[in-house]
Amino acid sequence: MMGLLNMDEKTRHILECLEEDARISHEKIATLTGMPVGEVSRIIKDMENSGVIRKYKTVIDWDLAGDENVYAIIELKVSLERSLGYQALVERLYKFPEVRSVRLLSGQYDLSLTVSGSSMKEVAFFVAEKISTLEQVQHTATHFVLKTYKEDGVILYEQDHLARLPVTP
Amino acid sequence: MRKTCHPSRFVADVINRVPPSGIRRYFDLASEIDDAISLGVGEPDFVTPWHIREACIHSLECGETSYTSNYGLMELREEISKSFSGKYNISYNPESEILVTSGVSEALDVAIRSITNPGDEIIIPQPSYVAYVPSVMFAGGVPVPVMNSIENNFRLLPEDLEAAITDKTKALILNYPNNPTGATMSRKDLEAIADVVAEHDIMVISDEVYDCLTYNGGHTCFSSLEGMRDRTILLNGFSKAYAMTGFRLAFAMAPPEIIASMMLIHQYCMLCAPIIAQLGAIEALRNGQTEMEKMVRDYDRRRHLIVSGLNKIGLDCFEPKGAFYAFPSVKNTGLSSEEFAERLLFEQKVVTIPGNVFGEAGNGFLRCSYATSMQEIEEALARIEAFVDGL
Repeated sequence: MMGLLNMDEKTRHILECLEEDARISHEKIATLTGMPVGEVSRIIKDMENSGVIRKYKTVIDWDLAGDENVYAIIELKVSLERSLGYQALVERLYKFPEVRSVRLLSGQYDLSLTVSGSSMKEVAFFVAEKISTLEQVQHTATHFVLKTYKEDGVILYEQDHLARLPVTP
Repeated sequence: MRKTCHPSRFVADVINRVPPSGIRRYFDLASEIDDAISLGVGEPDFVTPWHIREACIHSLECGETSYTSNYGLMELREEISKSFSGKYNISYNPESEILVTSGVSEALDVAIRSITNPGDEIIIPQPSYVAYVPSVMFAGGVPVPVMNSIENNFRLLPEDLEAAITDKTKALILNYPNNPTGATMSRKDLEAIADVVAEHDIMVISDEVYDCLTYNGGHTCFSSLEGMRDRTILLNGFSKAYAMTGFRLAFAMAPPEIIASMMLIHQYCMLCAPIIAQLGAIEALRNGQTEMEKMVRDYDRRRHLIVSGLNKIGLDCFEPKGAFYAFPSVKNTGLSSEEFAERLLFEQKVVTIPGNVFGEAGNGFLRCSYATSMQEIEEALARIEAFVDGL
């Protein structure tokens, strides 16, 4: 489902502003893009209605916040139903609240899930009882996440700032 | 006993005639102040995109550390040629019409030296980049300033050019998008200049290093205008578009006779540009478009932020159409450019460059680079506002 809308330069500017900072005001976007506030608001509404903007989200460094949650990436090898393809299985999978993301892959495995739970044991049981037991699932491989270095394009550790000269010719 | 040496006696007369860079003075002043916010930096605040750096690392791993042809790697010249024929529909022969240099600074120096005889006049529209006047003087030429004004959107007017031309005029230096004003010239504007240039049979050195950084409309390449290809030395580089300032890599494009003359100087003073940087530049041209476009959109948003911010503060700001500089007027504060910049630096720790550094036409203006983060621009604007309110 790519490129349903023909994105113009103005819309791209607005989307990049929102991707950078979901809390940015429409007035500030208007300043940054040189567009009237009304036009900014209208485009954002259109993007929300058409589903281009799915949700306003915050990238959180859960490790730093002291979160005890455990995350795992589960790879699945599945068999397909003739009439439905992956769709029926995927719809079952993404309804589990433990499942944070579902992706179709090329290669050795068919699907990749990101799953969260309060302990490794809980995640392991969830996979064993809820995922592996599904009829279409032939094989699973569970990889627990030990540390996240980058999330949604944001690097999650302090980086050294490169010094620039205060004035250059 | 041997005679005492007085080294200053040996310094060439021309060196003493060239005034020290005003920017250098601000560099020294700013260096004394900790935690200053700098709007004085004429370089992108983006790090060179990773794929370009990675290409350089790979080239080192492969042991590609040799000299290249004096002209630069043929592969790079071919990519440059392809890129310009795609962008501006002009064709340059990679074998004889392109010279790869160490930055536009070197390309400029070599271009001026290759065409200037002692006493030749070179016309420089001002405000202008700080290197133009000294480069002409070092070459034994005579810089002839032409004042551009804000009333004309800092464009060079054909009548002003005409008035500056004498029988000693050899060339005109154009720089659009312009450092420090951010002004650009439309195709129509440039056509009018081309008419004068052809009429008086002079050369044009066209520094278009900011050609990729234009907003609200494209850039017109001067040599793409009818009859101008053979009388233009086109300068461009990788520093600004691809955030590759430290690579020191640029190029000149001109007819074979001119490139051969430039190459003669280049081969004795520089030999060739560094191969690692050249390999990085090939990667930039082949795969750098997307990241470059993203950087331009970022600059565009910062441009709106700084221009509207300065206008709100009461510093009338010309709307820049290219490069990454805002050029507000400080005339209504009653302070000169230098007084304003110096007091702003000491009282509010914001580094800007006074406009007069770029020639007399810059008097009463300030160059503010917006190649810095949005947060820094906002903080700098708050400090400038506090400074202006306190006057």
